[in-house]
Amino acid sequence: MDWHIFAQQLVNGLVLGSIYGLIAIGYTMVYGIIGMINFAHGDIYMVSAYLTAIFLAILTMLGVTAVSVPLALVVVMLLTIMFTALYGWTVERVAYRPLRGSTRLAPLISAIGMSLVLQNYVQISQGARNQGIPSLIEGTLRVGGESAYVQITTVQLLIVVVSFVAMGILTYIIHKTSLGRQCRATQQDRKMANILGINTDRVISMVFLIGAAMAAIAGALVSFNYGSFDFYIGFVTGIKAFTAAVLGGIGSLPGAMLGGLILGLSESLFSGLINTDYKDVFAFALLVLVLIFRPSGLLGKPEVEKV
Amino acid sequence: MLEIRDVSASYGPIQALRDISITINRGEIVTLIGANGAGKSTTLMTLFGEPRASSGQILFDGHDITHVQMHEVARLGIAQSPEGRRIFPAMTVEENLIMGTIPVGTEHAGEDMAKVYELFPRLKERRGQRAGTMSGGEQQMLAIGRALMGRPKLLLLDEPSLGLAPLIVKRIFEVIREIRAAGTTVFLVEQNAFHALKLADRGYVLVNGKIHLSGSGEELLTNPEVRNAYLGGGH
Repeated sequence: MDWHIFAQQLVNGLVLGSIYGLIAIGYTMVYGIIGMINFAHGDIYMVSAYLTAIFLAILTMLGVTAVSVPLALVVVMLLTIMFTALYGWTVERVAYRPLRGSTRLAPLISAIGMSLVLQNYVQISQGARNQGIPSLIEGTLRVGGESAYVQITTVQLLIVVVSFVAMGILTYIIHKTSLGRQCRATQQDRKMANILGINTDRVISMVFLIGAAMAAIAGALVSFNYGSFDFYIGFVTGIKAFTAAVLGGIGSLPGAMLGGLILGLSESLFSGLINTDYKDVFAFALLVLVLIFRPSGLLGKPEVEKV
Repeated sequence: MLEIRDVSASYGPIQALRDISITINRGEIVTLIGANGAGKSTTLMTLFGEPRASSGQILFDGHDITHVQMHEVARLGIAQSPEGRRIFPAMTVEENLIMGTIPVGTEHAGEDMAKVYELFPRLKERRGQRAGTMSGGEQQMLAIGRALMGRPKLLLLDEPSLGLAPLIVKRIFEVIREIRAAGTTVFLVEQNAFHALKLADRGYVLVNGKIHLSGSGEELLTNPEVRNAYLGGGH
């Protein structure tokens, strides 16, 4: 095998893995704090892709894109993060909070319902056709000779850099700020956090807000890169990111990032070196193997049944 | 300061408290003793609304707090070192203490932390250690220290001596005395009736969710019924 094909797949895997990692954060934080799998999270990511297109169209109409593309992209990204976060917050308020204190299965079913609601809402309001945005960021970085080279586009580079910066900022927030401490306290013992005066409902809302914001960063970046999406992209990407979260150890923040990178890299290597058509099969086979041999994931703690 | 008036509470169909009345005056140490399952912890938790009092009233500083939400109780100046200690196991000692500052903010955190370390020098040695890896006694010190970080007017202690070595129990009861001397009112729930009654100004005896006896610590210590039931007759 040529070294440059292998290296190219590593680069592609890093890009893909960053995206999985960003989305996996939403799954893992929500699971960590209220013990549920938010099946609507993939669709929050999907919504963010649409929001990216809508805000880009508005800014283009206003002439901002013509003046400065980078400025337009930054503004689009910030608006997308804010509005997507609002979606995440709303989903929790409407579909999960009223079920707090009921059986563990109830919010799970509600989450599947929310997933369908979001898909159909986008399909009806935006149409079932594939949507797209023009590629606005040009340029490719290339290393190597004429025939054997490794390349990364500017957008891909942007994906990796922005993802790592976002993960870095989030890690800082969780470990060093008051909000982060409140999140961790709520995760470790919600009732005690309440007794100490923490409004745990507010903390849970914040977690949904943060998870959706991370998914929005992923959604905007992917849209800048591929340009095309439909109302159904949240499903497969969501399940892949969920796989990443489980792989890393669901409930663990560094686990989600690590799981995302490992899944992205291995999926990319598999599709580049073995077979592209079966890359999804590979990813889910990996999920099955993890669940059989290491259900608590790479960095997770063994599940203790909560009483 | 705290007045529990004819409060009843239940867990689903099981009635845990029946018309209990307890009064705690500013600057007192009041203890509530009773057997396992008599409703001691439930009494403390009704102040936080879980379970909520189904009848009766809870007054704190003259305000009715019977229906206040759990997370708002701390802000009123009531802190609890709960049953089972409930320290945050994956956080360091120092982070656990900071979690106690929620009602008052972190403005005086350094100063208050120094006071806690003075009461429990052991905690200072372990400040960077994960709290879950500490011994039971150290965790109990941490739970009390964390409660003090919120500068409470009323400190609730739920069985601080449970499962601890006699020497540590002695230290913890000394500390409770020091806490009161520093101006905090203490409501102490204990199974260790002898120590609790020796320390307390007044005490209540809870039997099957009802207040069975009450009086000064001294009176209860010499009460034959209390001696037989809770002090093993031997002390």
